[in-house]
Amino acid sequence: MSGYLLRRLLTLPPLLVGISLISFLLLNFAPGDAAEITLRRQNGGITPPKEAVIALRQELGLDAPLPVRYVRWIAGALRGDLGESYRSGNSIAAELARRLPATLLLAAVSLAIAVAAGVPLGVLAAMKPGSWLDSASRLLALVGAAIPSYVLALLLMLLFAVRLDWLPAIGYGSPRNLVLPALALSLGVMAQLMRLTRASMLEVLGQDYMRTARSKGLSERAVVLKHALKNALLPVVTVIGTGTGHLLGGAVIIETIFGWPGVGQFVVVGIAQRDYPVVQGFVLYLAVVFLLVNLTVDLTYRFLDPRLHFGAR
Amino acid sequence: MTKVSLPRYLVRFLHDPAAVVGLIIVGVAVLAAALAPLLPLQDPTQLFLEHRLAPPSAQFLLGADHLGRDELSRMIYGARTTLGLSGMALMIIMSIALMVGSLSGYYGGWLDTLLMGIVDLLLAFPSLILGIAVAGILGPSLINVLIAVSVVWWAGHARVIRGMVLSAREREYVDAARAIGASDFRIVVHHIARNILGPFVVLGTLDMGWIILGIAGLNFLGLGSQPPTPEWGAMLNDSRSYLQTAPQLLLYPGTAIFLLVLGFNLLGDGLRDLLDPMAYRR
Repeated sequence: MSGYLLRRLLTLPPLLVGISLISFLLLNFAPGDAAEITLRRQNGGITPPKEAVIALRQELGLDAPLPVRYVRWIAGALRGDLGESYRSGNSIAAELARRLPATLLLAAVSLAIAVAAGVPLGVLAAMKPGSWLDSASRLLALVGAAIPSYVLALLLMLLFAVRLDWLPAIGYGSPRNLVLPALALSLGVMAQLMRLTRASMLEVLGQDYMRTARSKGLSERAVVLKHALKNALLPVVTVIGTGTGHLLGGAVIIETIFGWPGVGQFVVVGIAQRDYPVVQGFVLYLAVVFLLVNLTVDLTYRFLDPRLHFGAR
Repeated sequence: MTKVSLPRYLVRFLHDPAAVVGLIIVGVAVLAAALAPLLPLQDPTQLFLEHRLAPPSAQFLLGADHLGRDELSRMIYGARTTLGLSGMALMIIMSIALMVGSLSGYYGGWLDTLLMGIVDLLLAFPSLILGIAVAGILGPSLINVLIAVSVVWWAGHARVIRGMVLSAREREYVDAARAIGASDFRIVVHHIARNILGPFVVLGTLDMGWIILGIAGLNFLGLGSQPPTPEWGAMLNDSRSYLQTAPQLLLYPGTAIFLLVLGFNLLGDGLRDLLDPMAYRR
């Protein structure tokens, strides 16, 4: 286990360097000049004189070679400084940190809904393969994989907010605001979890030790809950890692629809305003979050599956 | 793959109703998109302001949008944009993945380490997030959406194809080809590529659904098509302001994206059962 832990942790530094490099280069491909944009903001939109732009470029170190600028940028990022917004002049790291909890709350609640609904449905479908419940779960999986979260979001909004007026369409703060965005976001991951739980359960139920458990007289309920589910849930854990990626990506669109004040909404506004450092900081932030989630999932998986403790990979 | 006459494949395919439904959906969408200019439709960009948000009628079969443009025509021309763009993205993605995967799997060594390092790096990002960022930085246009999706999306497939090439490389027929003096290029193209063709087609078909969702999503955020070009994701975004008065404007493109993705998924599942029976079934 500790050998694996060490190997796994050793993959982190190169990935972090790579992630930072891509995020840094993103801004470099962006059209426009940071010094000119900053001056224009300070002067209230008037195109600044060339000399002032050149002076500010020198002051900001923008004329330095690319590798030097990268090292400076990454040194700043490590101290929690991602630069300033072209538009507001505010610290991007502070704004992201302020908004991240809203995004994580939305993603976490969506994941919780997906697990709470997807896993039991998958188990039930596996216990009675071919039943109407199994067919219904297959249908739900097909729909869940094909309906875009943003279409579902608008449909939910149309039905529950516009037509029935049961829940608020937009806003933030009360649990009532969370219902529609979380439902819209969770369906896709739920469908995926359900199908995987079903497949995994079917595989486990066919194992020899299941026959042993049954033959020593355990009730079907005990067999499924105590023996099968524990083993069947292992591959499901890994989907939580990839699912988080989908949820974070989907959250960007869902936040925009529901006016949810998370990092996704921040970046969409940033893109519309050509506020590129915001986009850069956002990518760096979410990639690191995603990396940490996947690391946690990997380690949990290793921890849960004793067969892998001493395995090579 | 041994040569099996096409009719036998076709018969097996036709016995899978879900796959046939998928094929019909995809076929109708492709035909509509391809034949749009030949169909008796209004100009999708022509404004009839007096018919703004009009309900379906004899003149506008699906009604008119918020600027009085014919919704049916916009849906069909929108299929051209959404499906055309997704198809191009798929081709680019699968070409990059095939190239990187075969180089990596066939040659191994430092090249493999380097290429798979890049793959790991790209997979470290949530793909939609990186896609949004790349498209956002490049600026809103259809080409930039295409670039963003293509640059970001190929990595997972390259890894899968590398695995297929790795296992194909160890087969006897590759040794045999090498023994009679075939070049690396010939071995990869004539022997290995032919043997991974089935799984490759399945991979591509199943991915088309994801690509459509991603591309329509980027367009929904305003990163892609610019007015007046019709595109389903952008039309959905337009519909948001009229949920109260004209919910049909949400339902048309929403249903269309859903059906098209469903169609590709069903078709992909069917092809997998047909071409790649050993694949792990979910």
